[in-house]
Amino acid sequence: MTAPMDVPGAAARAVPEAVFTRAIGARSLRQISWLRLKRDRVAMAGGAVILLLVVTAILAGILDRGFGVIPVGTFHQDLIDPDLQIPKAPFGGISPSHLLGIEPTNGRDLLARIFAGSWISLLIAFVATMLSVAIGTLLGVLAGYFGGWVDTLISRLMDVFLAFPLLVFALALAGVVPDRAFGLSGDLLRIALLIFIIGFFNWPYVGRIIRGQTLSLREREFIDAARSLGARQSHILFRELLPNLTAPILVYSTLLIPTNILFEAALSFLGVGVRPPTPTWGGMLSDATHYYQIDPEFMLVPGLAIFVTVLAFNLFGDGLRDALDPRAR
Amino acid sequence: MTRRCGIRPRAVLAVAVAAALTIGLCACGARNGSGGGSAAFNAGVGKVYNPSEAKGGTLRMANNGDWDSLDPADTYYAYTWNFARLYGRSLVMFAPAPGADGAKLVPDLATGLGVSSDDAKIWTYKLRGGVKFEDGTPVTSKDVKYAVERSLDKDTFPNGPTYFNDFLDLRGYTSPYHDPTPDKLGLTAIETPDDSTIVFHLLKSFSGFDYFAQLPATIPVPRAKDTGTKYKEHVVSTGPYKFATNELGKSFTLVRNDQWDPKTDPNRKALPDEIDMALNVNADDIDNRLISGDLDVDVVGAGVGPAAQGRILGDQAMKANADSALVARTWYTAINGDVAPLGDVHCRRAVEYATDKVGYQNAYGGPTGGDIATNLLPPVIPGAEKFNPYPAGGDNHGDLAKARDELRQCGQPSGFSTTISYRAERPKEKATAEALQQSLARVGINLTIKPFPTGDYAKLYAGKPDYAKNNGLGLMVYGWGADWPDGFGFLSQIVDSRVIRASGGNTNLGVKDPAVDELVDKAVTTADAAGREKIWVDVDKKVMDDAYILPGIWAKGLLYRPKDLTNVFVSDGFQMYDYLALGVKK
Repeated sequence: MTAPMDVPGAAARAVPEAVFTRAIGARSLRQISWLRLKRDRVAMAGGAVILLLVVTAILAGILDRGFGVIPVGTFHQDLIDPDLQIPKAPFGGISPSHLLGIEPTNGRDLLARIFAGSWISLLIAFVATMLSVAIGTLLGVLAGYFGGWVDTLISRLMDVFLAFPLLVFALALAGVVPDRAFGLSGDLLRIALLIFIIGFFNWPYVGRIIRGQTLSLREREFIDAARSLGARQSHILFRELLPNLTAPILVYSTLLIPTNILFEAALSFLGVGVRPPTPTWGGMLSDATHYYQIDPEFMLVPGLAIFVTVLAFNLFGDGLRDALDPRAR
Repeated sequence: MTRRCGIRPRAVLAVAVAAALTIGLCACGARNGSGGGSAAFNAGVGKVYNPSEAKGGTLRMANNGDWDSLDPADTYYAYTWNFARLYGRSLVMFAPAPGADGAKLVPDLATGLGVSSDDAKIWTYKLRGGVKFEDGTPVTSKDVKYAVERSLDKDTFPNGPTYFNDFLDLRGYTSPYHDPTPDKLGLTAIETPDDSTIVFHLLKSFSGFDYFAQLPATIPVPRAKDTGTKYKEHVVSTGPYKFATNELGKSFTLVRNDQWDPKTDPNRKALPDEIDMALNVNADDIDNRLISGDLDVDVVGAGVGPAAQGRILGDQAMKANADSALVARTWYTAINGDVAPLGDVHCRRAVEYATDKVGYQNAYGGPTGGDIATNLLPPVIPGAEKFNPYPAGGDNHGDLAKARDELRQCGQPSGFSTTISYRAERPKEKATAEALQQSLARVGINLTIKPFPTGDYAKLYAGKPDYAKNNGLGLMVYGWGADWPDGFGFLSQIVDSRVIRASGGNTNLGVKDPAVDELVDKAVTTADAAGREKIWVDVDKKVMDDAYILPGIWAKGLLYRPKDLTNVFVSDGFQMYDYLALGVKK
């Protein structure tokens, strides 16, 4: 099913299925996919949101401040009603200087905390996804290409990982890891831990898909051709097979990122994520549960942030899949 | 001297602070005149709101959880002790009176307070004549002895306090259920020379024994009716009410006990004809029903939840039906002298001075949550003195100049770094840790915030000296509520260094000063109550001088008095509405 991309070598020439002769002038497969993607407005909107998020997250991470004005840790207790401990102003204290309002009790700016939290959410989700995809692709290709005992071993290993009680394990692991480990400490250690938990245990999902793709690809003529020409195994694996797997890898990555954002939020919600006062979206949601009746806006903000982000990635991922492989529609 | 792991149940309960009962005041102006006192905020604090002698009606109560046990030997919450007085009579009791009088002990089953030997090791009580069980059997001193004996059996009754286990001269006695003597009264530490006299022999001098005698464990239990763990299904009443129905975990009903003779009982008004209790009711539902008048009392007495609090305080008419009751509970942060550089008293004092007390108060809900604490003993405890050894500047946001001066004296002029721990499931403690991080950073004291699971906080983390030391927990957010309003009931478990066990489970998180221990011993053996109260204040002053404890707030609870409740007041003994006094308008 894979639409070959304009990769060098036998792969592209071996599968001349894609229809692009009607176009005026020659276009590469990449150009065609890009054209298709550009026509998909929903996917482009998702992509734009992702781009915006990444830019703000990078800025927030570098500047350690939210909107460039209000440092994330600053308390604004003068804006809090002393009796109720919620913002004095309506709708969670929304005002020109606090566009999304402020936290109950301590009065920290919510926009600043959302941006600071986006940095952590996106970093963890991206790196964890890369980790999953890297492990999953490598083992998936090996299992699919070599078959036999290698396949059996790797497939059983996937079964073991899939059966793993991940959430429970994450809770336990986060509880026992000391303050200093592997040369890291503080927030960095917690972030590394989350990346490991989320990334290392999610690879079988990618691995299974890649293995299936590889199984069908290895019977194709261009692989036979490469083999009969005396290509080394590594050449076949990385120069012939891998380029043809780019599309499923790319699509699956875009769809795995939102899942990982949600998983990170869940872990933070349960209190095993980064420690306060460093903000995370899941942690903010967890705080908001204590105020939802008297200050619902506080729950709405991190909830919407997670919702919008996950939706953007999902829409973009769907659009990307359609663009790369129109037959899968 | 309870030695439960972690916090006592009563302490746990008080998390939400104090007292939520509701009594009656009519919200409409027309009915206000009925008893005197018009609806006003705090009208039930220090005085009786809507006083009444009118009998009759049904008092409707609800509990958002379940009783630990209705068995008087097996219960350890302020509200259950308050409520148990409706169906049982202990030797002495907290007077059902508003304000400070409610923290005073008065004789109940006994004719007077305890008479002690000179060394305060032998305590004698005389019982009133004419007191009967609900089946008409007269109550004798042997029934009281049997009740105390069975309360010693912590295998059968794990929930109750262990004061009698710790202080009576047991000589190996464990339980009447393993007692070889035919009448099961083999405990030599309690003598019953005749049917109206009971004598307690203690292991060590203890001048506050009357506080033990008010425990529900001294409510008489007839041996013939004792069914051990099943006794809670039908407790035999000695008070004005007896159980008519009792569905454990769901509800129970109390009706008048015709064998209760008001002539033997100067304390109880017994106004309602019936008391209905619903168990395991949603907490927000309870608040809403209180406000709408469908319910009379939230029996737990811990105050309304944040949602209802917002509604009540935002509406003047509703606020006039609320009372803000001071609780015998201090929320504080322990400063750990085991962690460098906090071993130096000046470094500890720097923390005291640099703290933004307003931020601490805000973390617990602002002025509604409690008053800013300047020392350890809550002011509601009789004899407690307010003093302020570390004034936090004019606006209570901290005295940074003094803090820097103390830092210089401890050789850390540019500040230092340490860790602050809190209980993960408690958002108020999290807010406290964040507020302290901000306020201490102003003088260069940098805090790393570390949450721990609430259930194991005392057992494995903050309350385990080795763990706290090795992990550098310099500050530990904590809080403590009194078992009863008295220096011993509040301080003994949190400042006496001899109760610290290396194995963990401590509630004293690091006050280690032999001078404090000496003062505690002196207080426990001082017979004169006023003299004793003064010594407890000295204990407080010494602990504060050592700066082992950073006081945060003295807790308060917001109680709502619904329509139709009469005779409503906050008892300083239980720091919630007094359940003996309540009545309802029919």
